Amino acid sequence: MAEGAALPIETLADPVSGRSLWVEARGRLLNNKAAVASIVLLGFIAIACIFGPLVTGHPFDQVYPDYVKVPASLEAYPKADQITPQIERIGARVRGKPENIQVKGDNVTVTLVGQRPIDERLLAYFERSDMFGAAKIAEKTDEGKRIVVDVPLKKKYFLFGTDTNGRDLLTRTMKAGQISLAIGLLATFVAILIGVAYGATSGYLGGRADLIMMRVVDVIYSLPFIFFVIMLVVFFGRNFILMFIAVGAVEWLDMARIVRGQTLSIKRQEYVQAAEALGVETKGIIRRHVIPNTLGPVVVYMTLLVPKVILLESFLSFLGLGVQEPNTSLGVLISEGAKNIQGATWMLLYPSLTLIAILFCLNFIGDGLRDALDPKDR
Amino acid sequence: MLSFIMRRFLTAIPTLLVIVTISFFLIRLAPGGPFDLERPLEAKVMENLNRIYQLDKPLIQQYWLYLSAVMHGDFGPSFILRDFSVGELFARGLPISMTLGALAITLAILVGGTLGTIAALRQNSLADYIVTGLGAMGLTIPNFVVAPVLQIVLGLALAWLPVAGWADGSPRNLVMPVIVLALPQIAVVARMTRAAMIENLRSNHIRTLRSLGLPWHVIVTHALRGASLPVISYLGPAAAALLTGSVVVETIFGLPGIGRYFVEGALNRDYTLVMGTVVVVAVFVLIFNLVVDILYAVVDPRIRFD
Repeated sequence: MAEGAALPIETLADPVSGRSLWVEARGRLLNNKAAVASIVLLGFIAIACIFGPLVTGHPFDQVYPDYVKVPASLEAYPKADQITPQIERIGARVRGKPENIQVKGDNVTVTLVGQRPIDERLLAYFERSDMFGAAKIAEKTDEGKRIVVDVPLKKKYFLFGTDTNGRDLLTRTMKAGQISLAIGLLATFVAILIGVAYGATSGYLGGRADLIMMRVVDVIYSLPFIFFVIMLVVFFGRNFILMFIAVGAVEWLDMARIVRGQTLSIKRQEYVQAAEALGVETKGIIRRHVIPNTLGPVVVYMTLLVPKVILLESFLSFLGLGVQEPNTSLGVLISEGAKNIQGATWMLLYPSLTLIAILFCLNFIGDGLRDALDPKDR
Repeated sequence: MLSFIMRRFLTAIPTLLVIVTISFFLIRLAPGGPFDLERPLEAKVMENLNRIYQLDKPLIQQYWLYLSAVMHGDFGPSFILRDFSVGELFARGLPISMTLGALAITLAILVGGTLGTIAALRQNSLADYIVTGLGAMGLTIPNFVVAPVLQIVLGLALAWLPVAGWADGSPRNLVMPVIVLALPQIAVVARMTRAAMIENLRSNHIRTLRSLGLPWHVIVTHALRGASLPVISYLGPAAAALLTGSVVVETIFGLPGIGRYFVEGALNRDYTLVMGTVVVVAVFVLIFNLVVDILYAVVDPRIRFD
């Protein structure tokens, strides 16, 4: 008897779980190889952009006057052919002619020959250069007119090269990625907030209110977009956070249209009518019943809006209206690279590759999500 | 049909009026003015300039003056390009921008449509993946990256084409700007054509054609007719944007179109130039929306004007 009673309880303890829309969509998304690879790659890029600048060993705004526009390289700087000219330059300031320059591992031994005794304080010029550490005198002969100096080399890596001011491009690209991603997310968030609220309200109210609200959207739509953005920049100044909240405030139009269309069909559903019959107020119905059910297309549109905003930011930066120095964004780096394309191709290559990789990933994720959530495919 | 077009024109007028009003007051309320220089002008000079350009009158009165001038087709003098009226600037720049835009849109329809159709006919084949991949690339690579790369490769390394310049519209100068303008559009058109063609090829009337054993080019022609609807509705606004010039392309290739006027005008508070551009762009958008509606009815006889 006890055993017999235990059986249904056990079955109850492990009920057949229903598969919600989201579980199914996740399964479909995980089957999409391009989308999964994009999610992984995008996550990697995001982590690299956030934590990378701590690891590269260069602050993003550190200027190295001795390494202006050096090409990308896996080997450490200074290169062998850079050491001699640099020591000759320092020798001229120390007033000693460098002789017998020998590079051994991380150390350079050089003999400085002066016409008068060499002032040891001037050896500080070695340390001031970006290539060397503090110089030590190993040997002093001829009443100080001839000294042998040991100088340690300061090894530096510029995996992506440096820019026209001698700043490490890898760190700057990461910093730029950080800002571009942040801008993309921020503006998209604002756009979705406004678009969803506006579209859901307009669709749910219907009738005259809907007509007027959508007419407003139509009018804003036919205003030239660039004009609008430039006016926002003019009003808000070059404060990039404010500006991108403003850009989000312009980008919500599509979102409002999509959500309105969804809402029109949702408001005829039984559960909405039930809520109306129970006397739930309009605000509550829109918030609890309408908006959560429009989220599918919203999520898809969001992944497509982020790259759009990043491109827009790049475009504004290209026009010189975006992020200001020493801060940087991918658009700024790319437009600088485009100016220096002759002779410094790496300055265009690496930021462009980063931008394209981010946009590619977001596009594939968006496509994957659309396929996963599209009711037509089911 | 004719009464539909007339009615659409009449509804376009209030929209245009609202657009002009909003942009007029937006640009006027923006801080700064057209005569603000690094070193401020003398007060007397400023006063005279303001009087000549009628900036000293109350804003509402200026608005009426501007509206009535625009009604007569007079866009006023430009503030930064002092020797020209806005009308003259457009008369020079607009044909250039329109030539480039028209060529780009034609290229986009031809190449994008063909690629999309091929991809749809061979869905999930290598050709399909190549088209989809190229489409993603065309959408994601910004035009200010493509343009300098093309300049370096075609202009400098291979020396096939001039790097920049207009040269009275010589075909060799047009190639690169048109390609740069067309690439993203090719990508979008190919993508949309592919999706719409796949849907259309599965529809009943196409299945009937297949079962009748008609040659494939007849089937494709019929499917294309249905598949062109979403592409047309995309191309309307896109064509309006392309024909009114692109800032990036015109800046990089040094072309004297009207795309640059927007940015230059807004940044320098050249009120009349900005307003002129806004009006021109809005008129283009409205015209092309109308063209889209008419084309819709031509392509799909089920659509009626009511």
